[in-house]
Amino acid sequence: MNGESVIDVRGLTKRFGGRVVVDDFALRVPRGAIYGFLGPNGSGKTTTIRMVCGLLRPDEGEGTCLGLDVRQESALIKERVGYMTQRFSLYEDMSIRENLDFVARLYALPDRRRRVEAALGDLGLSGRAEQLAGTLSGGWKQRLALAACMIHEPELLLLDEPTAGVDPKARRDFWDQIRAYAAHGVTTLVSTHYMDEAVQCDQIAFIAYGRKLIDAPTREIPGIVGLHAWRVTAPDLDAVQARLRGHPGVELTARFGADLHACGLDREALDAAVAVIRDMPGVEVTRIEAGLEEIFIHLMAQSTDALQ
Amino acid sequence: MRRDRLTFAIMVMMPVLQLLLFGYAINNDPRHLATVVELREDGPLTRAFLAGLRLSSYFDIIAVVRYEGEGDQWIRSGSATFLIVVPEGFETRLVRGERPQILIAADASDPVAAGGALGAANEIARRSFAPLLVGPLLPLATKAPPYDIVIHRRFNPAAETSFNIVPGLLGVILTMTMVMITSIALTREFERGTMETLLATPLRPAEVMIGKTTPYILVGAMQTVLVLVAGALLFQIPFSGSFDALLMGVGIFIFANLMLGYLISTVARTQMQAMQMTFFVFLPSILLSGFMFPFRAMPWWAQMIGEALPLTHFLRIVRETILKGASFSGIADDLVPLLAILVALTSLAMMRFRRTLD
Ligand SMILES: Nc1ncnc2c1ncn2[C@@H]1O[C@H](COP(=O)(O)OP(=O)(O)OP(=O)(O)O)[C@@H](O)[C@H]1O
Ligand SMILES: [Mg+2]
Repeated sequence: MNGESVIDVRGLTKRFGGRVVVDDFALRVPRGAIYGFLGPNGSGKTTTIRMVCGLLRPDEGEGTCLGLDVRQESALIKERVGYMTQRFSLYEDMSIRENLDFVARLYALPDRRRRVEAALGDLGLSGRAEQLAGTLSGGWKQRLALAACMIHEPELLLLDEPTAGVDPKARRDFWDQIRAYAAHGVTTLVSTHYMDEAVQCDQIAFIAYGRKLIDAPTREIPGIVGLHAWRVTAPDLDAVQARLRGHPGVELTARFGADLHACGLDREALDAAVAVIRDMPGVEVTRIEAGLEEIFIHLMAQSTDALQ
Repeated sequence: MRRDRLTFAIMVMMPVLQLLLFGYAINNDPRHLATVVELREDGPLTRAFLAGLRLSSYFDIIAVVRYEGEGDQWIRSGSATFLIVVPEGFETRLVRGERPQILIAADASDPVAAGGALGAANEIARRSFAPLLVGPLLPLATKAPPYDIVIHRRFNPAAETSFNIVPGLLGVILTMTMVMITSIALTREFERGTMETLLATPLRPAEVMIGKTTPYILVGAMQTVLVLVAGALLFQIPFSGSFDALLMGVGIFIFANLMLGYLISTVARTQMQAMQMTFFVFLPSILLSGFMFPFRAMPWWAQMIGEALPLTHFLRIVRETILKGASFSGIADDLVPLLAILVALTSLAMMRFRRTLD
């Protein structure tokens, strides 16, 4: 990271039929960073990514991507960006190899054959290269799409929920690969709904209802939001949750596996609430640090309140 | 239905369009057909005949020429449907009772178009000559007509409808498949999301357009060969004109249809809509181009619409090259408008091209 911005946009605004979908959005992504892009469904992540790579024209705002103007020079931007769409958008009636070869041709790549074979090898799909893309399972489609968007060795990857429906092992492999790319200076902007992926990002932008709520290094986010949390275990978690919910100071109760997490911004009020349930039979409580998931659930809840 | 306004609009527009076209534009007994009279003699009888023709609603006299052979080019080029020839010496021979001939040459490349008017010709002649067959000429009026009307069906002597239909079918088939295939194939790209992949690559609009349409040019070429071969083998349609000229016409026509399909795909949101809009183009093409119903029989506004349709010009090019033996010069007056339509459609398509997903 040398301070140079690969994406630097300001004031991006997009309306669909009068409805503001992305509102005054700004983002700076330094070279080599893995930037997480989070937000609830319909918050405008896909729309923002499309504006950055020139697939949608912003109604307002300006900026650069790879040093090129996002409004004027989208053709040049597209040559150096790998964009993976949220929805599978390769040709279902073409084979895996044909799809990769076709994409390579679109970018007018030299030594196409070698690249396609290499991509097939990396994917571990060499043996099934002739299978039709439409007959792949969901996770394999995602992996094929990822391979296709990387075939021209882009400097910037824009990945829109690249691991939705991908199994845990493949997701890990995928993230190892992203980090390897980052080490070589490839920048990644990735949207995701998985918190275990979010924590792997250097920095996270969180967007809700088209507005950016948080944009900070991942490690600093808990400190910025200042959410306090307790972990509660009990034989009858439902009863405990019912008691806690609606208690002043408890802004959020959420199940995490076999435990319940109770969170609030006001530490004293939260502690007081936890004290009430402490004496219920079999209840154990431990103070913990709020994780990203609690923080984002909390942010989503807050942003709905603010807009209603 | 409420969500799909375009489908709704088309479902309302279709019947309206059909009512208008069938009710007002189409006429199976065409009148006011362009006629050239080759009047090689000037006298009271011939003038009466000319006046009689002028009065009739079947013939619209667009020119009167004087010398032998002058009228031929009009009919060959398709600017006139009829050529009526009154030979020299007509009056004297009529008076002498030699039963001179009046030649009516009809462009029978569309046999239906000429039918009604030919039937009316005898009656027109009888009425125009009758008042003059008085005095010394009275005996002539009593017997069979003192003249002979000879009808010459040009380009299709046996009045075979297949001669007209089969070459025309080539245009209809090309319109149907080219417009529909391209519009649907392209709309499918948007529907399936693959257009997003294409647009995210550095491809230029023209490249996407060319890449998406060229395969269908081959399809069109195959269909052309198929129809021409079938026409020759099954229906014995003679091919008398310049093959190069025909190919040129086919080429421009295919491109024009591809552009039309392309344009539709920029408006249609779904494949279903693309299909419906294709029919919206197809219906007037069939009805107003002169394929199903005689072009000259339509009111002026329908002819205007017809002139803007690529199929109209293509049909004329096909008929003129296949049936009338035309070469490049013979079809120039249809090649030029066809080319103009192509240019207009291409510019529109370029303008409408969606560089983004907006
Ligand atoms: N082409 C379009 N026309 C109209 N509205 C649109 C269009 N594309 C997106 N929207 C709207 O914009 C909003 C943001 O959509 P977007 O796809 O950017 O959300 P997202 O953050 O990617 O959501 P998800 O997590 O579900 O993928 C949504 O409310 C959506 O309905
Ligand atoms: Mg999305």
